[in-house]
Formats: sequence, C-alpha cells, structure tokens
Amino acid sequence: MEVFEVIQPGPLTTVQDLGRFGYQQYGVPTSGALDNYAFRIGNLLVGNDEGAASLEITLFGCQLRALQDTKVAVTGADMAARINDEPASSWESQPVKSGDVLSFLRLNSGCRAYLAIAGGIDVTPVMKSASTYTKAGIGGFGGRPLRQGDIVKARVDAVSAAEARLPVKYIPVYKNQITLRVILGPQDDCFTEKGIYTLFNSEYIVSAQADRMGYRLEGPPVQHRDGADIISDGIPLGAVQVPGDGLPIILLADRQTTGGYTKIATVISVDIPRIAQAKPGDRVKFQRVTEGQAVALLRKYEQQMEAIKSNLHA
Amino acid sequence: MIYKEPRFLSGGDCAIFVELGDSIDPDVNQRVRNLKMSLEKAEVPGVVESVPTYRSLLIYFTPLQINAAKLRQTVCHLLQSTTVAELPKRKLIEIPATYGGDFGPDLELVARHNNLSAAEVVRIHGNVRYLIYMLGFMPGFPYLGGMSPEIATPRKTTPRLKIPAGSVGIAGNQTGIYPAESPGGWQIIGRTPLELFHPNQEPPSILQAGDYLSFVSITPEEFARIKEAVRNGTYRLNERLID
Repeated sequence: MEVFEVIQPGPLTTVQDLGRFGYQQYGVPTSGALDNYAFRIGNLLVGNDEGAASLEITLFGCQLRALQDTKVAVTGADMAARINDEPASSWESQPVKSGDVLSFLRLNSGCRAYLAIAGGIDVTPVMKSASTYTKAGIGGFGGRPLRQGDIVKARVDAVSAAEARLPVKYIPVYKNQITLRVILGPQDDCFTEKGIYTLFNSEYIVSAQADRMGYRLEGPPVQHRDGADIISDGIPLGAVQVPGDGLPIILLADRQTTGGYTKIATVISVDIPRIAQAKPGDRVKFQRVTEGQAVALLRKYEQQMEAIKSNLHA
Repeated sequence: MIYKEPRFLSGGDCAIFVELGDSIDPDVNQRVRNLKMSLEKAEVPGVVESVPTYRSLLIYFTPLQINAAKLRQTVCHLLQSTTVAELPKRKLIEIPATYGGDFGPDLELVARHNNLSAAEVVRIHGNVRYLIYMLGFMPGFPYLGGMSPEIATPRKTTPRLKIPAGSVGIAGNQTGIYPAESPGGWQIIGRTPLELFHPNQEPPSILQAGDYLSFVSITPEEFARIKEAVRNGTYRLNERLID
C-alpha cells in the first residue's frame, strides 16, 4: 500500500531495520538503525514488530505527504514534527489522513529521528534485511537515501485505530554532553598507561566527520606504545578505534567489517543509542566498566523493553 | 606461529575475538577457518555471526543467551575436538583476467618498477595459488596472500577517483580485486569480467575466506564473451576442491 510521497527528503533519510546479520564474513556491514531504542519503540507504538523497516531521518528532517490514512510514530531526536500546521507529539502514535503533510521544523535535540509506519515499510529485502547501506548501494530504496518523488509503501491494508503513548519516564533526554561507558580491549595493550589515562580523563568533541559509519572525535591524542597498525581484524559495533593521530573514532552500524588500526575499547551496547543521537560539536567522555556491569545493564535494558511492550499492549 | 592456547580479546559485551596466532600465516589462517566452520556446524544458541580475519575470529553473540565464559569454553572445546576431516574442503577458484591496456593501465609501470617485461609480470602474477585470507574493506573484497615479491610495487601517490569493478591491482606486496567501482590507490594491472559480489545471491560472494584463487590470462575477446555470459547467468565458475 502506498502511504507517503516524499516532498523533500532532507539531508539523509534512509530505510533501516535492526540490521543485516550473517554477511560481515563477506565484507558487508550490518547497517540498521543507529539508535535501536528509539527505532524499536517507534514500531511498538504503531503495533508493528519491533524490527519492522522504518525511516531514519537525520538532523533537519524531511517532508512527506500521506497518500492513505495511516498511523505513524515519531521517536528519537526532537525535530519539532508537524502534521500540516499542528505540532505532532513524539513517542506516541499519530493518526495521519490522506493528504496530510508530515514535516519537521528544526532540530531541537538529538541527531536522528525515526518514523515508524503502521505495517512497516515495504521494500525488497537484500540479504534478509531492509536496511540501506548507501556506500555499496544495498537495501532500502535501491541502496540510496530517499529522494523527492519517492513513494513509500507499507505492508498492510488495514490500520488499527488503537493509540499508544510511551510513558514519560521511558523517553530519553538527549544532552550535548554524554558519558559513554566502555569495556577495554581488544588492543588496550597497544597503548601506554598515559594513553589510557588520557582516554578516561579527557573530554572529546564530536567532529564534523560523524556519520553512520563512525564518529571521529577531537581532543587530546591517546598515546600508543608502538604505533597504530595491527594485523587487520574484525571491528565490533561501538569499537573505539585509535589510528596514528591518536584521535578516537567510534565505529557504528555502517563501519567496515575489518580494519588495521588499534582499538582501545568498545562502547557498551546500551550506550550505542546515546552516541547515535550525538551530533558534531557535542562533548563525549569515556568511563570504564566491566563486562559484567555491561551485561547487567543490557539485561535491565531488555527488561525495560519488555515492560514497555506489555504496557503498550495492555 | 600458532598460539598454544587461544587468546580471547574483548569486543565489548556482544563480541569476542579469538586470536589463534601472532602472524599472517596460512596455518594460523586455516585454524581460523576451521574454528569458524566448526562453530557454524555446532549451531551454538546465542551466537549471531562470526568474522574470520588473518589470525582471529570475531564472534558476535547475545550475552543474554550465552555468557562470554560459556562461549569461551565452547570455543576451546571446538578447537580441541574438531578434526579437519569433518570440515568442508577448500576450493580453488579460477579468476579469468585480461591484463594490460585499458584493462590494466598500470601494467607497464609495474613492469618498469621491477625491471621486467609486461609479459613476465603477467606470468608471475598468474603463476600462483593465492590464499584468500579474509574479506573486508568493501563487500566481497579479498585480502590475498602469496604474491611474488618480484612484482611488488608501491601504491600510487595520488589515488584514482574511479577504479572499475573487477580491477586487479597491486599495492606493495599485496594483490587484490575490486568487486565494485571505487576510488583507490592500487596499481591496476588487469580486470576480470566476473562479478565477485552479487547482493541477491546466496552466498553473495563467490570468494570465501580460507579458499584459494588463481588468475588465468584471457584476451579482450574472451573478456567480452565471459562478461556477456555472466550477464546472462550462463557463466559457470571454474572451481574445484583441493586438499
């Protein structure tokens, strides 16, 4: 079913789901929504499976005209969403009538908004995923961001009228200064004590080179013991890579699958959505946690997600 | 050299590196391949996927389904118990390539750099079974081992903005194939009409880490014919199992 026409695509609007798994062995990044918290909740609010394909909208929004009556939810960054001339609340389901125009006025906080559409976006999966990886032209709309005139289709014909709103306590607040928790490794032994001290006792600034592949940071260089080159190995999600210039790069969903630079630490899973909502100029600090702490936080995060699910379906 | 005991390195709360040796070495890499295959065969609940590289396997997992300690134990068990005979044999894949001319604009440069004739470069480049150590950098890009140092040539000082898909290049003492059009600094000596990476096929890459490939020199006419056959889906890849 055709649900939206793209009037204005904005700087980068792509179709994403939870990612493309099983193909990193062939050099294919997972891609997928950078902020999986906002993404999953958007889907739950419109009654979808949490992994249904949605739009990831970057920085300054986009403009869409509804071609059918449907239901959407805007989550993630606050971009002052509007339906026609009226403000549209985020983190709750919104009925949309055929002819309505959904737009965004300005970026208030965060970096990426998600638009979940009842039924989920209908695109042909590539390697079992709807996610767009623009660099290789894979997934979503022919592997590219949305363009003016594109027609977004959804997977259902009938949309339930049920409304849903995320309780306020579950709505994240996006700040311009964040502390990311990390686990040391895999190559922390390639850094001097001073280098590791620098990482945990400095404030870094998100540079202009921050995208779906990774966030380059600016600040005090992290000192290597003996150079930044390693025998190339895999790059996990959230890896804090430190090349020869000593400036950390946090690697995200569109990262290359392998690389030859030292990785000092890895951002823990529950903090990935927080770096995903940071934008150039924001400040980042690192805090060390143990693997046990990270897993306990992940368990809590998933328990909260379950609680939200049962709350919304009650 | 292969480590006596695997080294486990943290990749955060959802990934772990199993490092099996200290160098770029075919025996170490074979251990990586064997571990990946036995892990897949074991279908361990909670393991999401794994990425083989030169000397380590990066395993992605869901810690709420399998904790890291249990996963490490499983890996150690697999390393000890799996015999090579239980695993699929390696493949040798033949890659037809046209060398020189528009297909390989840097062939002459590579020849001059090494005081060889173009024909000698082609012979030396084609006379090797290359081990596919890993795929990475871009979908389907093979990191190959085994190139003769006789044809080693440094990268271009200024990378080209556009290298056509299928280009065969040399960078230092490495050789590789660009599966898709890309900017790059490699010295381009030839091009294959094969499509190394098809997003809509399963598996999407005709090359897999741990297999071997060899180059076979073809004429521009054969290039055109094979390209047509690839396009029509009638090309049959020349591959065989080896010990």
